[in-house]
Amino acid sequence: MEEALNFQVIIDNFTYFMIGRYPNGPLGGLGLTMYLAMVSCILSFFGGLILGLLSLSRYAVIRYPVNLFINAVRGIPLLMVIFWMYFLLPALMGKTVPEATTVIMGLTIFTSAYMSQIVRAGIQGIPKGQTEAAVSTGLKHWQAMLYIVLPQGLRNMIPSFVNQFVSLIKDTSLAFIVGVSELTHVGTQINNRTMAFPTEIFIFIAAVYFVLCFAFTSFSRWLEGRLAWRKSI
Amino acid sequence: MLKYTFDWSIVTSGKYFEWLVSGLKVTLELSAVGIVCAFILGLLIAVLKMSHYRPVRWIATAYLEFFRNTPLLVQIFFWYFGSYKVLPAAVNEWLNSTNFEFVAAAIALTIYTSAFIAEDIRSGILSIPKEQMEAARSAGFSYLRSMQYIILPQAVRITIPPLVNQFLNLAKNSSLAMSIGVMELTYQARQVESYTFKGFEAFTAATVVYLGLSVVITALMDLYNKKVLNPQRA
Repeated sequence: MEEALNFQVIIDNFTYFMIGRYPNGPLGGLGLTMYLAMVSCILSFFGGLILGLLSLSRYAVIRYPVNLFINAVRGIPLLMVIFWMYFLLPALMGKTVPEATTVIMGLTIFTSAYMSQIVRAGIQGIPKGQTEAAVSTGLKHWQAMLYIVLPQGLRNMIPSFVNQFVSLIKDTSLAFIVGVSELTHVGTQINNRTMAFPTEIFIFIAAVYFVLCFAFTSFSRWLEGRLAWRKSI
Repeated sequence: MLKYTFDWSIVTSGKYFEWLVSGLKVTLELSAVGIVCAFILGLLIAVLKMSHYRPVRWIATAYLEFFRNTPLLVQIFFWYFGSYKVLPAAVNEWLNSTNFEFVAAAIALTIYTSAFIAEDIRSGILSIPKEQMEAARSAGFSYLRSMQYIILPQAVRITIPPLVNQFLNLAKNSSLAMSIGVMELTYQARQVESYTFKGFEAFTAATVVYLGLSVVITALMDLYNKKVLNPQRA
């Protein structure tokens, strides 16, 4: 140990860490991290649901391209996906796109691909006989999916969704790369300004992420136990 | 849609091609170092987590929970910018004499991935029925020998697929090393883009390389699954 740690810098900049310049400026820090994670989570829930259902489609024309897309996204780093959005979105829209939107789109596409695998496993975990029974009572295939299979499957997927949400919270730190002022970015900003307290700053940031993510992982573990118990009676 | 003329020659030959190749080399080096170290460290943590002594188990659990629940990027920044205050002076001196960016990224990747690997190894060992250990012990094997001859050979076989998954994750995560200036593949793609404004070509090239890595490794894994894990299904 060369120097003693001095956490005064955290206390001095605490509000900045938590909400950035808000309300006098845009939301930043932990607030923006949570915002990015929430919005991407909601979007990728639906993205994952749609991709997951399509990847199980009875029609090969739908199934193959969707699976190709899912596997391609899962095969590259998230950073690459974000850079792709950074280039493609302005080119496709013909105008500049705010960085936060770029990041949300990147996170959504990336997480949707992973969520789709959860959805897929959840649906495949429901016995085939249920679909057959539903279809034989006169429901169409998509109705059997929507009313019989999905409601049961979704319940089993909840713990995995929560875990994916934890990954999403951690992944929002990559927004740093394109200059979105979420928690990690705010940390490096304060580090550049104060120069002398990198250890304190990054320990603090890690601790904040830890508290947040650990709460959700514990919740997911608790849910897993509870749902398993309910299924057994 | 904006007008854009493609020029693929940029990324298939010449100076920029060489940049990308050198980037790939760094990515592979970083991944290789990370994988070997993360496996060893993960194995150690898994063993500690299964220890009979509660304090040892607690330490292992704290390690696992902490490093799994903090972003890799923050860990990279910590080792790169902040580690000098918590490490002994001699270690700092040694680090500064090395390629510090690379070493910091390797340390972060190793520690982050080892936490995930430890859980995979542990669940592999736990998935072997308890009776096997009891049977081995009653046949006269010591605890260590039962582990060595009965439990581990089976556990390793089922642990390999999730392990390979972690290795792939590590290779993909190594792209974050660009944030502290390690000149790996993503960094070089970014470089090519800023020198030529040919972002589309540069990122296509990098994407294809990452995808190629994943596809090859996944295909080998499928082969392993068919030949070793489920030979009856082949």
